[in-house]
Amino acid sequence: MAKTLYDKLWDAHLVRENDDGTSLLYIDRHLVHEVTSPQAFEGLRLANRSPWRVDSVLAVPDHNVPTTDRDGPVADPVSRLQIETLDKNCETFNITEFRMDDIRQGIVHVIGPEQGATLPGMTIVCGDSHTSTHGAFGALAFGIGTSEVEHVLATQCLVMKKSKSMLVSVDGEMGPGVTAKDIVLAIIGEIGTAGGTGYVIEFGGDAIRALSMEGRMTVCNMTIEAGARAGIIAVDDKTIEYFKGRPFAPSGEMLEQAVPVWKSLNSDPDAQFDRVVHLDAAKISPQVTWGTSPDMVVPVNASVPNPDDAQDAVQAISMRNALDYMGLQPGIAIQDIKLDKVFIGSCTNSRIEDLRAAAKVVKGRKVSGDIKLAMVVPGSGLVKQQAEQEGLDQIFVDAGFEWREPGCSMCLAMNADRLSPGERCASTSNRNFEGRQGQGGRTHLVGPEMAAAAAIRGHFVDVRELD
Amino acid sequence: MQAFEKVDGLVLPINRPNVDTDAIIPKQYLKSIKRTGFGPNLFDDWRYLDPGEPGQDVSTRRLNMDFIMNKPAYQGAQILLARDNFGCGSSREHAVWALMDYGIRVIIAPSFADIFFNNSFKNGLLLLTFDADVIEAMFNEAETNGGYRMSVDLESSTVTKPGGQQLKFEIDDFRRYRLLNGLDDIDLTLQHAADIKAYEERRRQEAPWLFNANS
Repeated sequence: MAKTLYDKLWDAHLVRENDDGTSLLYIDRHLVHEVTSPQAFEGLRLANRSPWRVDSVLAVPDHNVPTTDRDGPVADPVSRLQIETLDKNCETFNITEFRMDDIRQGIVHVIGPEQGATLPGMTIVCGDSHTSTHGAFGALAFGIGTSEVEHVLATQCLVMKKSKSMLVSVDGEMGPGVTAKDIVLAIIGEIGTAGGTGYVIEFGGDAIRALSMEGRMTVCNMTIEAGARAGIIAVDDKTIEYFKGRPFAPSGEMLEQAVPVWKSLNSDPDAQFDRVVHLDAAKISPQVTWGTSPDMVVPVNASVPNPDDAQDAVQAISMRNALDYMGLQPGIAIQDIKLDKVFIGSCTNSRIEDLRAAAKVVKGRKVSGDIKLAMVVPGSGLVKQQAEQEGLDQIFVDAGFEWREPGCSMCLAMNADRLSPGERCASTSNRNFEGRQGQGGRTHLVGPEMAAAAAIRGHFVDVRELD
Repeated sequence: MQAFEKVDGLVLPINRPNVDTDAIIPKQYLKSIKRTGFGPNLFDDWRYLDPGEPGQDVSTRRLNMDFIMNKPAYQGAQILLARDNFGCGSSREHAVWALMDYGIRVIIAPSFADIFFNNSFKNGLLLLTFDADVIEAMFNEAETNGGYRMSVDLESSTVTKPGGQQLKFEIDDFRRYRLLNGLDDIDLTLQHAADIKAYEERRRQEAPWLFNANS
């Protein structure tokens, strides 16, 4: 029978299945960070258990780490304890960890692929919902909670039932100035934040195949914002090329053995999906979110929608709450929204290609005087190093951006980087929830070029028309 | 995991779709390395008018009396009534720990986000889904009548409303069995250790590069 990519990945990792479909799925790679792991390690200790396969685990602190001075200890004692707890747990259980002073440290979803610790055909988990990022490489990657982190540490397996399958096909060619971020925001706008609930989404179509691996990661990263369990993209030559020379990836004979298997990681031509959604790439414009849920999104040349036009009473309430929180009136043009801060970073958009794209917009220009803070937070120490070798840091600094150390930073504001109440931010991150970037902070999600352009003008602007 | 049999409890309606885990427990409280103590900060940004920090005594903070959870009629709720896609966003299990630490044992909504759904069952928090019209009726009743109670019985898979009306709910047998008995998932899985080892041996031959990690 014809199989989807999801079927193939599922079948290859199935250890056993009960009559009711409850299954044990084997996990190849377990990524760990400081926030969702301490209680899991504590659970192991209390039950006198040890990790099943230590060499499958890779740990890194990213959520709490400061993005400024790294020379001294972390200033916030609560954050410091959490980071030190990770260090201690990794030491005790003999787990590979990239500590804060390691050039390889960075956002867990950036460093996995960067090191080749993420590989095609793997099952990958992490106590973080954006683990879906790794699906870009034809891997089945899930975000899990702390109890499941402990479960995977102890058993190398997850207990789960198979999801339904959805194909989101983005057909045709994207216009200039439109990015992977705009594609995924448009998809979420189309199917809604619960549209993917119960599904694993495979992204296909010409526009997805045309994306770089970085772009594909951006798309898969935000699959969780559509509610899906995971997002996956078939392996092609770009995928295989990406892993050449990466430290944790196979090489030589082992690579030769892997490549034919990797090349089979795609859906059979006549495979059946439970749901199929088509989007026309040519119709996608640069996107900007206006509300407090990622599906509250419109093209940059549109206006803030009116709750009177809502589909039902629940949606109307939700839109009114969002407008109230965001301090916006229905009908105002997106390009008239003035900003206080700009954040370029996060597991969605902090890779070298994102920084290059933003730098291209910024080059030779200055950040608007209306912007209180514009910051760039590279996804990893190695991304930062690469950007500096290319002179991107200088372009940003010359324009008035701050150039920071790698971490999650203002995507979730667990460290010192945050919005003050009422401040409005153009952010390349993934969530515009209330309080996400700081209590009372107002987040508008955009791609890196759009964020850069907004920093220059002090308000949103169609990056395609920036002269 | 805490076993679940029956709850006869007060209903707290939170009338918003897409309640995300950032709203359930804001990020600053995620710095804790414990599983307990999150209850006072459940829905922190909606519940208090001033910003909160970990370790702060919440009795010194200003309550937002417009938020339904702070109204006298809803104190001591054990059943949360919610809208679509409850628990979306971050995978933080702290959201479940906060709800349970506050005293919530059951959440009823038209739909839940996947990761939150799994996290809840791992901790013995029972999540029930009903059709939109059933939920709508519950909201009408719970919002107009403070002190609205329902009874949830897992053994018979029924919710009983104040008038005595009984509603059957669906739950898969494995989850129901685990919840009723408060069983530890890891113990259950380790009963299949031989299967896991056999799988591993086979995969080492088929795909050795997956076992060549961290080198």
